[in-house]
Amino acid sequence: MSLNKALAAGGLAGGKADVGGAAVVGARIKAASAKVVRSTAAIAGLAAIWELAPRLGLVDATFLPPLSKVIEAWWELAVSGALLEHFQASIMRSVSGLLLAIAFAIPLGLAIGYYKPAAAFLNPLLELFRNTAALALLPVFILILGIGETSKVSIVLYACSWPILLSTVNGVRNVDPLLVKSARSLGISPFKLFLKVILPASLPSVFTGIRLAGASSILVLIAAEMVGAKAGLGYLINYAQYNFQIPEMYAGILTISALGLLINQGLIAIERKFSGWKTGPDR
Amino acid sequence: MSHAEQQSRSLEEVKISFQDVTKRFRVREGRTVSEFTAVEGVNLDVRPGEFMAVVGPSGCGKSTLLDLLAGLSEPTSGQILLDGKPISGPGLDRGIVFQQYALFPWRTAQANIEFGLEAKGYGVKERRDWARHYLELVGLAGFENRYPHELSGGMKQRVAIARSLAFDPEVLLMDEPFAALDAQTRESLQAELLRIWERTGKTILFITHGIDEAVYLGQRVAVMTARPGRIKRIVDIPIDKRSEEEDIRSGAEFGALRHEIWSELRTEVQRSQALRQELGSGSGTKKAR
Ligand SMILES: Nc1ncnc2c1ncn2[C@@H]1O[C@H](COP(=O)(O)OP(=O)(O)O)[C@@H](O)[C@H]1O
Ligand SMILES: [Mg+2]
Repeated sequence: MSLNKALAAGGLAGGKADVGGAAVVGARIKAASAKVVRSTAAIAGLAAIWELAPRLGLVDATFLPPLSKVIEAWWELAVSGALLEHFQASIMRSVSGLLLAIAFAIPLGLAIGYYKPAAAFLNPLLELFRNTAALALLPVFILILGIGETSKVSIVLYACSWPILLSTVNGVRNVDPLLVKSARSLGISPFKLFLKVILPASLPSVFTGIRLAGASSILVLIAAEMVGAKAGLGYLINYAQYNFQIPEMYAGILTISALGLLINQGLIAIERKFSGWKTGPDR
Repeated sequence: MSHAEQQSRSLEEVKISFQDVTKRFRVREGRTVSEFTAVEGVNLDVRPGEFMAVVGPSGCGKSTLLDLLAGLSEPTSGQILLDGKPISGPGLDRGIVFQQYALFPWRTAQANIEFGLEAKGYGVKERRDWARHYLELVGLAGFENRYPHELSGGMKQRVAIARSLAFDPEVLLMDEPFAALDAQTRESLQAELLRIWERTGKTILFITHGIDEAVYLGQRVAVMTARPGRIKRIVDIPIDKRSEEEDIRSGAEFGALRHEIWSELRTEVQRSQALRQELGSGSGTKKAR
């Protein structure tokens, strides 16, 4: 019973991906879900250990309550509506930060990648920022923007921008020169060349960046919510830990995993739609 | 007008004319910039509707010549005339087929063929109709919606040929288009290319390093020297039973021509190998790529 619920979150994400797919995509997702079934065994094993270890006294049940207790706490949070509220707060922040990053970093990355002088000029700066951990800048964001929504969305935007920017620049730079040559030999304008060759050719790389950004959006957001927030899953975990509501804390952690899966699966589904022509097991 | 008539009538005309064409590249090695002569003093005339094959050892500047003719780069000295006018840049009057197909992987076979038609400003329906027509011409009817990764090498090259024919260029430039294919696929594509050439009457400049291929396809074969590339000799190929069923390649005449070109090339290949060894020892300009 408890196990089923734990898996429900993962199953939900898989189901979401199925809805938007075309026929070809459907077949690929079918293959993917076969893989999910196989890997379910590992998750079931983990769930069993989590349930049994505290009950058998192998670990202190105070710090790691059995999974069923955690599920119970999760259910109570869900019924009371508190969980949805926190979940919504988090997903709103991470998705809006991610979308803003997409809107900002893709055009910038395309420009930097396409204009060689811009690339040479901006590269050292990009390297510097990329290697500055977003979380290290969190205090700065809070200092300048306060602890409201602005600072949280901003830090997500910041953290998401780098992977998207760098992948986009890379994508543009690594477009097969032969394709460019082939298009150029037809005498098409640089604008058309960009639109019809450079852009579609760099799309897979752009999507890789977006997926990396999706993962870091959650990471950074949760940390930001732990530092200063009144809602959100990061806040929920921190608050629960502070008040020694350990099952609730784990319930929050499980929900974050679900959120991560949801965002990643959503991005994969979108990616498949846009670059279905690309094959390979990693896509 | 039949193909033969067309040709005899235009015997005196020249479609493509390389006139004392030299191309040097600047090569940077650390801080020193040196000049590297890829082709030197190339003179070559191609008649309208002619199938001209160019053979030469690898690295002798065949692709460089083709780039120049395509308008993708400019000669350092000399000039290239197309219909008597100097080439001023790339254009839809010339179509290129590359060894590596250069198909757009995000476009279906049909959409790939439509690419040049888009550049020409054709409407949706016209593009579709022409694309279908040329897919059929290269024997790929029914493969409209396949993506390049769903096609074999030979099929990809057929699509690439269809793409270059679709916007109806007068000249087809082919840079070792069949070099990456297996022998059987290559032979069938060679035969098909001849058929297409006869049907469309295009002027074809076909670059290869295969002697058999050059003799089989070309009406004339230009043999190039090792680097810096020049035209060493132009060999007439009077065999004219291309589209017939019999195995032309095993004929005595074919063998003799093949041997003639082989002898011309052998010395060049030896020279180019000697050159490479010399470069390998570190003096002079390095091969840049
Ligand atoms: N853009 C370039 N810059 C410098 N060297 C080049 C360039 N393009 C070609 N070369 C050199 O010119 C020579 C001829 O090249 P290429 O025309 O590709 O030979 P082929 O097609 O006959 O094998 C080679 O040695 C090659 O390294
Ligand atoms: Mg070449």
